[in-house]
Amino acid sequence: MDWLTEFPAMDRSSLTAIKKTIDLGFRDFTRAYGDAFETALSPVKWFMFWMEDLLTDSPWILVLLAIAGIAYAASRSIKIAGSVAIILLLVGYFGMWEDTMSTIAMTIVATLLAIVVGIPIGILMARSDRVQAIFNPILDVMQTMPSFVYLVPVIMLLGIGRVPGLIAVMVYAIPPIIRLTNLGIRLVDKDVLEAADAFGSSSWQRLKNVQMPLALPTIMAGVNQTIMMALAMVVVAAMIGVPGLGLGILRSINNQYFTLGMFNGLAIVGIAIIFDRVSQAYGKRLQKHLEVVHG
Amino acid sequence: MADENKPGIGISIRNLYKIFGSDPAAYVDMVKGGMSKTELNEKHSHVLGLKDINIDMPGGAIQVVMGLSGSGKSTLIRHINRLIDPTAGEVIVGEDDVVKMNEKELREFRRHKTAMVFQKFALLPHRTVMENTVYGLELQGVPRKKQEEEAQRWITRVGLEGFEDNYPNQLSGGMQQRVGLARALTNDAPILLMDEAFSALDPLIRMDMQSVLLDLQKEIRKTIVFITHDLDEALRLGDRIAILRDGEVVQQGTKQEIVLKPADEYISNFVREVNRGRVITVDMVMTPVSGEGSGPRIKTGSVLETAAKKMTEQSVSHAVVIDEDGKPIGSLNIQDVIAAMVTPVDHTMVDDEAA
Repeated sequence: MDWLTEFPAMDRSSLTAIKKTIDLGFRDFTRAYGDAFETALSPVKWFMFWMEDLLTDSPWILVLLAIAGIAYAASRSIKIAGSVAIILLLVGYFGMWEDTMSTIAMTIVATLLAIVVGIPIGILMARSDRVQAIFNPILDVMQTMPSFVYLVPVIMLLGIGRVPGLIAVMVYAIPPIIRLTNLGIRLVDKDVLEAADAFGSSSWQRLKNVQMPLALPTIMAGVNQTIMMALAMVVVAAMIGVPGLGLGILRSINNQYFTLGMFNGLAIVGIAIIFDRVSQAYGKRLQKHLEVVHG
Repeated sequence: MADENKPGIGISIRNLYKIFGSDPAAYVDMVKGGMSKTELNEKHSHVLGLKDINIDMPGGAIQVVMGLSGSGKSTLIRHINRLIDPTAGEVIVGEDDVVKMNEKELREFRRHKTAMVFQKFALLPHRTVMENTVYGLELQGVPRKKQEEEAQRWITRVGLEGFEDNYPNQLSGGMQQRVGLARALTNDAPILLMDEAFSALDPLIRMDMQSVLLDLQKEIRKTIVFITHDLDEALRLGDRIAILRDGEVVQQGTKQEIVLKPADEYISNFVREVNRGRVITVDMVMTPVSGEGSGPRIKTGSVLETAAKKMTEQSVSHAVVIDEDGKPIGSLNIQDVIAAMVTPVDHTMVDDEAA
């Protein structure tokens, strides 16, 4: 009656064999292509370091003003720009300026990368039901997979450091932008599309003049979610050597530094609020033309 | 514009069939062989959209296609610029068969030969009135300055001056449709397709837009295909009318022909409520004469109401119909005029209203 109390699992040796084959296969793959990946990612690496240097090496007052200025340009709201400045001042006063800046740099680069890769995939999904059928289950898996699992293949492929961390963050944060680009384009009013066709739009003109502009508010909602996910993952990526606020949190877990953990955590919350409010206000501003309705 | 004096391009639709479903081509021959719409739907789960449509639309005139919802009229108009592909048949515009065009030819055809106005306006909500109006020219690759000049002319012409920088959402329905009309006219295409263009508007604004269209047509002389479910609108606008029912043309002809000789019960039900005095012209009831007649002179093409008014005002029972040059061509009798105005028409000639 053994099989009732104990699950009739595959025997240990074949299980080991399976794991071994896959692991060895992946190891061979990384040995063969790891360098190629690293070379291919060198522009990303360069951009990543450039962004980090820009934020950490420039005089803090300039960086603060620039970020508040961008917040104002995006939201056209003094209130939001003011809150952004206050949050940054607090974070700096509590001695976390550099860590915060490198976390912001990482989040910005990862988000930009996710947008550059994610929007074209979303467009492809919107254009073909078959592509959508292929990508949807993949995205489902990606969104439920525990975030730590993303770290394993990138370390094997690229080792430890900022770039593998960046890739892990990008991959983790990409599903919302893909999904909402697809959704946004699919929700575009059929009547308007028909009109674009009736006037002789080519497929590219249709995308450029009608589908993308009308899907933009939805896509911005995707960007907002992608930023939030990237920010969450930047902390986890500290485990593979990404500097920033995550590192402080990791240290406080290891050494039970309660206050250090809280400070770093609150700084993350502060950044999240900045990104969220600014990107949402910008998204809303894009929909202005829909709000003013003839009375 | 250059093509103002040329007669517009005619459209001729020949043996057009449209079947909706997973394998429409397989059933065309059966439908041609006489399979009914019900049988096709119940046994083969395909929907017969259009059946053997033959319409010749003269260039430079307004052809109205009328029918109730589900009659296939919107499907039909979408075959002219091939927003919907036919299952069988030809759509000859000018010299070319639209059905045989490849993708690139079709795109050029849509850019230069047709412009369309939609029931739900279908304006681009993120573009201003001006940006919407230039859309067709933008696709044609016309220089921006020329686009705006052309657009400005039509925006002014449809009465939207001063609203160029407004977004569609800031305008009322009637104004939005004026933008739709301006957008189509700016394209300067010889064919104007209007799919229930005024159906979504209030009755008064609809009348107003009909007048705008009729006024414009006097100067632009385009080939206009106008879809409507409203007989009054059809009679007001149409030089020729085709009536569609369940995907088939049940009758086509001039408005007088439709009103005076409805082809079946269905159409006679429609035309019963029509104010015949405003549709039938004196030419239909006059008796031809060669010499000079007596009484007031009435121009050819006038409607009975006008004639009756003139004759009763002058208390005479006879009038003379004259042609464009003032030459008498027929004589009118007040009894005939009134009889034609009040006789209820029925294709069976059963007078149920008098009973």
